[in-house]
Amino acid sequence: MNVNAKNNKSAKLEVLMDIKDISLSFGGLKALQNVNLHIQKGEILAIIGPNGAGKSSMLNVISGIYIPQKGVVEWKGKLRKKIAPHDIARMGIARTFQNIALFRGMSALENILTGRNILMKRNLFLEALYLGMGRKQEEEHRQKAEEIIDFLEIQSIRKTPVARLPYGLQKRVELGRALALEPELLLLDEPMAGMNVEEKEDMCRFILDVNEQFGTTIVLIEHDMGVVMDISDRVAVLDYGIKIADGTPDEVRSEQKVIDAYLGAG
Amino acid sequence: MDWWFFIEVFVGGLLSGVMYSLVALGFVLIFKASGVFNFAQGAMVLFAALTFVRLLEMGVPALLTMAITIGVMILLAIFIERVMLRPLVNQDLIILFMATIGLNYFIEGFAQLIWGSHVGVLDLGVDQYAAFEIGNALINKFDVWAALIAGSLVLVLSLFFRFTVIGRALRAVADDHQAALSVGIPLSTIWVYVWSTAGIVALVAGVVWGSKLGVQFAISTVALKAIPVLIIGGFTSVPGAIIGGLIVGCGEKLAEVYLGTYIGYGIENWFPYMLALIVLMIRPEGLFGEKIIERV
Repeated sequence: MNVNAKNNKSAKLEVLMDIKDISLSFGGLKALQNVNLHIQKGEILAIIGPNGAGKSSMLNVISGIYIPQKGVVEWKGKLRKKIAPHDIARMGIARTFQNIALFRGMSALENILTGRNILMKRNLFLEALYLGMGRKQEEEHRQKAEEIIDFLEIQSIRKTPVARLPYGLQKRVELGRALALEPELLLLDEPMAGMNVEEKEDMCRFILDVNEQFGTTIVLIEHDMGVVMDISDRVAVLDYGIKIADGTPDEVRSEQKVIDAYLGAG
Repeated sequence: MDWWFFIEVFVGGLLSGVMYSLVALGFVLIFKASGVFNFAQGAMVLFAALTFVRLLEMGVPALLTMAITIGVMILLAIFIERVMLRPLVNQDLIILFMATIGLNYFIEGFAQLIWGSHVGVLDLGVDQYAAFEIGNALINKFDVWAALIAGSLVLVLSLFFRFTVIGRALRAVADDHQAALSVGIPLSTIWVYVWSTAGIVALVAGVVWGSKLGVQFAISTVALKAIPVLIIGGFTSVPGAIIGGLIVGCGEKLAEVYLGTYIGYGIENWFPYMLALIVLMIRPEGLFGEKIIERV
């Protein structure tokens, strides 16, 4: 894997999302406390931390599912208000889930097509007749879906119901569905969890390719430190709901607080 | 054994089975999309049939009546989503189920309040007792006609589910709520679609059953016949609802005619439930239901 090519990427410092001093709690449990985090356009940002550090909460704040009690979230320089869960996709934010959430009854192709839901126009009458616009639309979307299938190298399973696919391929289809949205920001919740070495390498390659070819900004949560240090431009470390470090992989690696958090010292 | 007689009973059973499938279909649609067993489906059948027959009695032309009743069922769906489903989102399924029990009584009462409870006569222009002969077997014309309606309804529904954007969104919601939201499918809109579709299916079932039994309160109890159909066919499968209906229809008629001699007549009423019980013991998810696999 060519890592160096990535780090030479010209640093364009445009902030896509700015999370300012947020706190989030569930009852008495403080999931996040006074966390500041910005997401730069075009970067791969990893959020790491021990179990229960608040990584998933952070991802849900970014996606807008959780509304922090304190602090603000700015999206492209504008204050983001409360949004309905189904409108997140419309903002250009797509995600995958820690426990795969695919449409199990559908084929890989249909899953990816469904990912284009927000880009499709609904006209029952035309669709029913499969005429004119309806037909043109379906063909256009199908072509885009096929491009994603080629990109992820899953041509051979495009018609297979996803419930029958092995774990690694299901994860890949889920990534494909998220890509189908043509998102600006892609959130990956443990994209490599439960994979073998080979599957992990494939997934790493796809994540880097997505970032480079489509310019998609990526935020990911991952436990495999090797992977995180390899593919990320920047790493933010959470521990007990507090951000204890934020910087390039090398900076973070040498940070004493991070070492303590992971080894349980202090 | 008289084979012509057997064929007559068998086909008669199949045709009445289609009528059960028609009711079961409404349950399946809602169960598939939201995991809720809609206790109020029978009441929706009654409500649709009453609306239809009363409008006809007022002298509204048949086609217009059809259109208005469809409109009313869509309004009902919007009402249900706003008042019942939206406030209860993310609650346990058992709570939603309880809510549909309440809904059942509400719709039953409301239907009779605005439309009155006298028996409505629905004449679809097909003689109930007319039959045609195939070989030596008599086949009821009305039943064949009802089966054709049910068949085309199923065909239209399957095409709709498979080939339209909305159909795909419906299936997506049925498979995974979280994932559906993440690709921007609004659950509330989808629920209105699903309940509207179930309402229209209820209308078709109500019209067919209503013209057979007269449009009256008892129509809502045909829903009881749908329960063994669902258990046998599986709660999540449209084809399952059809096959389940056929099995129940055939099973009860054949049992009545051939077993009745040995164990006494009148078994038609409980035989479907016994079949359902056997299926439950052998294959709890039904013949066509999705197998429930839990990761542990």
